Amino acid sequence: MWQFFHKLGSPKWFYGIATRFMPWLLVAGLMLLLAGLVWGLAFAPKDYLQGNSYRIIFIHVPTAFLAQSMYIMMAAAGVVTLVWRMKLADVFVKAVAPVGLVFTFLSLFTGAVWGKPTWGTWWIWDARLTSMLILLFLYGGVIALDRAINDEKSAARAVAVLVLVGVVNIPIIKYSVEWWNTLHQPATLKLTEEPSMPTEMLVPLLLSIAGLYLLFGWLACLRMKTEILVREQRTRWVKDMIMAGGR
Amino acid sequence: MNAKVDAVLKPVETGVGPVQAMIAVFSRDVRVAFRQRQDLLNPLLFFVMVVTLFPLGVSPEVEFLRQSGAGILWVAALLSVLLSLDHLFRHDFDDGTLEQLVLQPQPLFLLVLAKTLAHWMLTGLPLVLLTPILGIMVHLEGNSIAILCLTLLIGTPVLSLIGAIGAALTLGLRSAGVLLSLLIIPLYIPVLIFGTGTVAAASEGAPVAGYLALMGAFLVLALTLAPFASAAALRISMSNS
Amino acid sequence: MSEPLLQAINLECERDERLLFQNLSFSILPGTVTRVEGPNGTGKTTLLRILAGLNDAWSGDLLWCGEPRSRQRESFLRNTLYLGHRPGIKPLLTPMENLRALMAGRRPVSDKLLSQALAGTGLAGFERVPCRNLSAGQQRRVALARLLIADEPLWLLDEVFTAIDASGVQAIEALLQQRAAEGGAVLVTTHHDLQLPGMNRITLGQGQNHEC
Repeated sequence: MWQFFHKLGSPKWFYGIATRFMPWLLVAGLMLLLAGLVWGLAFAPKDYLQGNSYRIIFIHVPTAFLAQSMYIMMAAAGVVTLVWRMKLADVFVKAVAPVGLVFTFLSLFTGAVWGKPTWGTWWIWDARLTSMLILLFLYGGVIALDRAINDEKSAARAVAVLVLVGVVNIPIIKYSVEWWNTLHQPATLKLTEEPSMPTEMLVPLLLSIAGLYLLFGWLACLRMKTEILVREQRTRWVKDMIMAGGR
Repeated sequence: MNAKVDAVLKPVETGVGPVQAMIAVFSRDVRVAFRQRQDLLNPLLFFVMVVTLFPLGVSPEVEFLRQSGAGILWVAALLSVLLSLDHLFRHDFDDGTLEQLVLQPQPLFLLVLAKTLAHWMLTGLPLVLLTPILGIMVHLEGNSIAILCLTLLIGTPVLSLIGAIGAALTLGLRSAGVLLSLLIIPLYIPVLIFGTGTVAAASEGAPVAGYLALMGAFLVLALTLAPFASAAALRISMSNS
Repeated sequence: MSEPLLQAINLECERDERLLFQNLSFSILPGTVTRVEGPNGTGKTTLLRILAGLNDAWSGDLLWCGEPRSRQRESFLRNTLYLGHRPGIKPLLTPMENLRALMAGRRPVSDKLLSQALAGTGLAGFERVPCRNLSAGQQRRVALARLLIADEPLWLLDEVFTAIDASGVQAIEALLQQRAAEGGAVLVTTHHDLQLPGMNRITLGQGQNHEC
């Protein structure tokens, strides 16, 4: 088993680092998110057009933002998987894909909730919502492919190829969905109008985004640690750690 | 290298270039397909049947059909290509010819490209040729039919090229057909949007050259990138079998 | 002692969370026939697929003529012939068409040579019959006809004796020895009791327990 050992260095190293940093990520993330939400929900000014209903922006935009950047992070990890065959990158993609799916779903859900008072209906084929729906499909495909392949390494590499193909397509999808939207619904009310957003709204929004990022970091570490334990269960360091009653 | 071993080794240059290898792959696929003509007809029948479902299931009114016809035909063509993709590598995988393909001393992405082009010629192109008849049946105007055929002519190769990635990724998996659809349909959305959007623009009298050029750009992008992804996916699937 | 054609150093392969082999090192020298042995499920086919370059879920080093194989891919592919479980024969095509397609990407071969090879495997008169009308043994013979025209020095043959009759087996054994005598090298897996003078063995499934 010792010959086996050198390759495992990095998951073990990551496990230690993650264990040390996770409490900080959790505390800082919660604080920022809370600050952003309280500010945004209670103190930020009303929107002159949408009144109070716009306040869901402080949840909708961070989840949507994170859902998209998670896919890009997965693509970066996919490159690492394909080029350097780093186990940690495999673990990252596997651990993050379901989180991305959930965040995409959350952003769609909050978008629908926002749509009800704004448009008077739960769903409108708005360009952003439609793009997020397609992103949900992309995440679904990634997870389905990962589950369908038994062998871990093959699954990781196949998923990496799929995520990379997806990431090349995301800008094309966004662009074409926007074009399609103007073709079919020339003058819809846009959900967010960032350029005109006043600072009192922007700052709490940025706080929420930052907080959610840190919380995502915490969640990703947690899920990666679990995945590492499952994968490395036959190795000495995991056995030693469990025997020692370690965390 | 050691001299002794060198004496045994054959030089890499054999006089068979990648182009000859591609032609060989292409013509073998075409030949196999023509020995089993029923398989060639199936996607076409499917295409016709799906289109038939819309007047029956939604409305036979001329106005509805004229407005939705291009979209119906595009969706039907997309599904038809999707259905046929499952076979792109599967037979070769089962009988072992795919192993021999991967082991040819040629760039794999070019061989995959040749296979994909053969697939397009055998499924996508016949769909385009059938489109005028179906276009008349859904009451499209002559100009719209022409533009629709043009968008399908540019778009169906993109469908084959992107689909080949999914076919390669799901090779040898259980329920590969459904999985393939899940992976590939989101990637088909831009082509679908521009395919139908171009026809819609044309029917309103707007200029469509720009949109067609954009679809051409999709095709060029798919031609240059997709074969690499398919080849990488094939190697991974081979490794797993 | 000559340089090895193919050298494996500390090969390790894990499949579906099962360790098939580790610390597997061997050299394939020119002029040798090597048999890969071991009970079912010990990874004989996987090893051959790894050596052929079909399976890349392994770690360790593979050297082709002393250099990493990944850097010599073209030369390796050009000089290696792999025949797997699945014969690589399209049932809808005739033996001639199949052979032609299999050789097409490798090197130019005249039809005359191809039909000679088919005749050499006892398929004279079947050149224009679709392979699905041939027996399992005859289909394998179509694939084996490649051995008669192969100029690749390294042969990796997985279960080539399956569905082959006694005279066919003798003919193949002779071919293997001839390839070795010409300075090539052959690696075979088989359940057939292959006994060739001077044959090397690689035995899998021994003492590779999961002890820690």
